[in-house]
Amino acid sequence: MAAFVIRRLLWLPVLLFFVSVITFALGLYGPGDPVQVMLGLHANPETIARLRHEYGFDQPFYVQYLNYVSNALHGNFGYSLVKYRDQPVGKLIADRLPVTIQLNLLAILLGVGIGVPLGLIAGLKRDTLIDLAIRAIVIAGISFPIIFLNPVLTFIFSRRHEIAITTAHLNIAIGPLLPMVGGQWDGMFSLKIILPAFIEATGVIAIMTRQMRAGMIEELSMDYVRTARAKGLRERAVVVRHAMRNALIPIVTILGLMLGGLVAGSFLVESWFGVPGVGALAYDALFSRDYYIIMAMVLLIAVAYVIANLVVDVAYGFLDPRIRQSG
Amino acid sequence: MNQTAFLPAPGVRPSYSPSMQLARRIMRNLPALLGAAVIFWMIVVAILAPVIARYPYDQTDLNAVEQAPSAQHWFGTDALGRDMFSRVVWGARSAVFVIVMVTVVDLALGLPLGAMAGYFGGWIDTLVMRVADILFAFPGLLFVFFIAATIKPGILAWAKSVGLGDLARSGYLDYAVVIIALGVVGWAGLARLVRAQVLTIKEREYVISAHAIGVPTWKVIFRHVLPNSIAPIVVALSMGMGDIALSEGYLSFLGIGLQPPAPSWGNILADNAGRYWRTFPQMIWLVLIPGLVLAAVVFAFNFLGDGLNEALNPEIST
Repeated sequence: MAAFVIRRLLWLPVLLFFVSVITFALGLYGPGDPVQVMLGLHANPETIARLRHEYGFDQPFYVQYLNYVSNALHGNFGYSLVKYRDQPVGKLIADRLPVTIQLNLLAILLGVGIGVPLGLIAGLKRDTLIDLAIRAIVIAGISFPIIFLNPVLTFIFSRRHEIAITTAHLNIAIGPLLPMVGGQWDGMFSLKIILPAFIEATGVIAIMTRQMRAGMIEELSMDYVRTARAKGLRERAVVVRHAMRNALIPIVTILGLMLGGLVAGSFLVESWFGVPGVGALAYDALFSRDYYIIMAMVLLIAVAYVIANLVVDVAYGFLDPRIRQSG
Repeated sequence: MNQTAFLPAPGVRPSYSPSMQLARRIMRNLPALLGAAVIFWMIVVAILAPVIARYPYDQTDLNAVEQAPSAQHWFGTDALGRDMFSRVVWGARSAVFVIVMVTVVDLALGLPLGAMAGYFGGWIDTLVMRVADILFAFPGLLFVFFIAATIKPGILAWAKSVGLGDLARSGYLDYAVVIIALGVVGWAGLARLVRAQVLTIKEREYVISAHAIGVPTWKVIFRHVLPNSIAPIVVALSMGMGDIALSEGYLSFLGIGLQPPAPSWGNILADNAGRYWRTFPQMIWLVLIPGLVLAAVVFAFNFLGDGLNEALNPEIST
């Protein structure tokens, strides 16, 4: 067991090294010379050269990389070049992280709350119309592009609708049911968060439903379920106490992995609804070629993902002796 | 029609009547059939795009901007007077091309690497799986966008340097950018899957006996191991194609993928969603139609994959 944990821990820095090298190389060789971005198109070449030297952009790749890493380890991820000119990237991200984490947390809660019961029902009612309908809903959930759901759901829920029935001289207006966030964040318990959280949850619902359905089908075919039935347990007890509990184990694993994704803001959703989170920050940065922000975001998300993975693996190693030997 | 042919043999009591069995079989496969039908139509439309489309996809007509669907313009026209029906039809060709090419890249990298990792183990296995681990550590879409945005100027500069300036200006290289960005990231999942399959198959008796009678290793892999591990790979590929269509849509939506006037459902949405949604609710078809077409295609691939999974997976299908 100790060897397993140590092996995983030793791999961690190697993985982070490669992740950071790739990220840094993509940022460095990406379009948009940072100095050019700072000085504008009509800068004089001498100034550019001087600034390049000052910032160390004329040094070889490995020197720049080592500088970046040593700065990053001290909490300095560089400075924004465009929109938030000269503000430290670390602070920009830290300010927006709580918003994204709240939004993602609600999305995961919605996803589990809707997905697990749906999967349970589909697994129990396998090959019936109910099962077919649930599978169809779930696939629809992952099939509708976010860039489509954003405007459509906004139109339905966040607009004023006027319904005029001329023959009856009726004029009904239905106000915006759910307000847009629009840059103003009121915390986790406001109506504004529901629409973006639901759109982010569609994927989670799909994953949870699928896993729960497959898990229930598998567990219900096991011998211990037959034993439980044979000894005369009520079907309800068989399902709830025996099959469902075991089917929930992989759900917990997936949840563990998703916790690593808490820091990754969905930039398509956040930017559309005006959620002031890290996703919207990354979206802005991607368009204005503000590469320090993107690099820091990619690194942050990768680190969170890798650590969540490690925690899940180690926890599994503790719980399941089979993994210890093979891993 | 001989009715007795449908009756069960004497003494055998079927659990379901024949019509019920048929109904169950169709119900189980209905989503897959539906998906296959949609995909078939998309391919037909993609191939016949020049015949089906009634205008060139980039022809603007400033006398007919923002028109509602009509006999001339079945899906209406956008702000530049481009015929939306033609753009959506040509968009199918872009989508099919990107889906096929990315899948080819994924297969070309993922199949041999995953098979070698699973079959030989040792350092090949370590190398391939660790590279896959590294790719998995990156945040999916953000990483693809980052790659696409980064390699694009390089590819354009390279094309100009080898005298393909016209090609660089034509927008065809945008396809290459999208395909490379999605392919670089996509093969790792496939390689993992293939490896896991190969690991379980290679210990089977028929593989060991093939070795025993002196079949060369490459032949064992390609003739015995891979064909027997194909089912989950087909399922994953089918669902993966839906993801590729979505990713291409997102990339083009963000202006990193296919650029207008090149037709892509993603950039059609980008052209119209922001402009019309809040100000002109009467223009909703400009968003609804391309969005629903993209959704239908992703839907179809997922349905097909889901149906194949039910049909091919011996553990779940009873």
